[in-house]
Amino acid sequence: MITLRDVHKSFGEKPVLQGINLEVPKGQSLVVIGGSGTGKSVLLKCILGLVVPDRGEITVGGKLLDAANREAFLDTFGMLFQGGALFDSLPVWQNVAFRLLRGSLARPLNEAKEIAIEKLRRVGLTPETADLFPAELSGGMQKRVSLARAICADPQVIFFDEPTTGLDPIMAGVINALIREIVSEMGATAITITHDMTSVRAIADQVAMLHAGKIRWVGPVDQIDSAGDPYLDQFINGRAEGPIETVR
Amino acid sequence: MSITTPLALLGRSFLAMLAAVGRVSIFTGNAVSHLFRPPFYPREFFLALINIGWLSLPVVGLTALFTGGALALQIYAGGSRFQAESVVPSIVAIGMVRELGPVLGGLMVAARVASSIAAEIGTMKVTEQIDALVTLSTNPMKYLTMPRLLAATLSVPVLVAVGDSIGIFGGYLVGVTRLGFNPATYMDNTVDYLEFWDVASGLVKGAVFGFIVALMGCYHGMNSGRGAQGVGRATKAAVVSASVLILASNFILTEAFFTT
Repeated sequence: MITLRDVHKSFGEKPVLQGINLEVPKGQSLVVIGGSGTGKSVLLKCILGLVVPDRGEITVGGKLLDAANREAFLDTFGMLFQGGALFDSLPVWQNVAFRLLRGSLARPLNEAKEIAIEKLRRVGLTPETADLFPAELSGGMQKRVSLARAICADPQVIFFDEPTTGLDPIMAGVINALIREIVSEMGATAITITHDMTSVRAIADQVAMLHAGKIRWVGPVDQIDSAGDPYLDQFINGRAEGPIETVR
Repeated sequence: MSITTPLALLGRSFLAMLAAVGRVSIFTGNAVSHLFRPPFYPREFFLALINIGWLSLPVVGLTALFTGGALALQIYAGGSRFQAESVVPSIVAIGMVRELGPVLGGLMVAARVASSIAAEIGTMKVTEQIDALVTLSTNPMKYLTMPRLLAATLSVPVLVAVGDSIGIFGGYLVGVTRLGFNPATYMDNTVDYLEFWDVASGLVKGAVFGFIVALMGCYHGMNSGRGAQGVGRATKAAVVSASVLILASNFILTEAFFTT
């Protein structure tokens, strides 16, 4: 279980997170929604230690996620970045098998490549893709390679940062289905941040809405339409009128 | 404008400079500490060695060749004013190995390598590749900075040695073909007046300059701002700071090596 208690983060004078309290049970898929600039990415980065919270506590499996425990946490972790964040200088298979080529999980080269090709196949890419470089791939293919990299070492926790941004509806559907399938199959705990309501409905077990630095609403995905929260209602229906200011 | 405004501006600039020195010092300490702590990344080190050392050979070689030739012409022209044309071979050799080889080699490597490292790491930062490294249990300082620092520190002295030889050869070519020196006499004068420490001091300078080049490239890349403009600024800052630090450290090293 991932737990955040009273997490605060400001950048200079600007408060971004103002007391986040959230629980993600083991094996559940939580989707965090909210307008642009509401701190969704900062929230993920706080959990990863890429941004240090000003206040509050983050625990994973009951262990405080401090510098000492973070390394062990990251060994069981995978992430799909918004832009893919593939390493330009490495061919696709070495991107996917990055963890398996170095560090404590290092495997022989051939074995690592075989696993990478298997993971590529898992996300719908052919073995021929393995030897290409990221710059030779389309946006959708890059997302899928990034997804293959995220799942390569069978992580227990996966984060997805805007998994369908910039993709056409069909490719977005493919990615959503893959994420749902992988999370269900692997039994991993997942946190996704997205604006895409189709993704929310496809991926989420639980939904949390972030607004003004706080969790505005949290609940099961099948209750978002009947929650009765005006902020959530405006967001999921994409209305210009409502309590959420459109000029931010 | 108050009478104290210039003083306040001066004070702020001084404090900003001290803060920058502090940040670079912490970065350097952190980077150097990774040289001695596993895991090590031999593949990245080898690739950095090729990029920094091998691929810089043409630019360093050409620079040295023309510098050696021009140096021979200048010393000949200056020496002829007091009938000292015969010192051309020895002054070319000493000038190349002590000063021009390491300094010009270092500056050329700074232009080629510091910019490339800063742009590469800066782009990696902007496109979240550095964050991706962290999520893949890989320390960016260890994976990106350490191999480049080590490769530059080891390969620039080799580049300097090759540049020295090519520069002396450039002087020899000009001396023999344009200035009428006897080839054998030119070579004898070159070798006779060159001492071991002349060469060794230049190589030590090369190692220091290589370290500076990689350090500035990595530091500015890791601290790059957002977007294309941020990466552009980081690249410019890397080249400028590496060049200035090379010239400043050259003065300090020359002072330490040759005036005691």
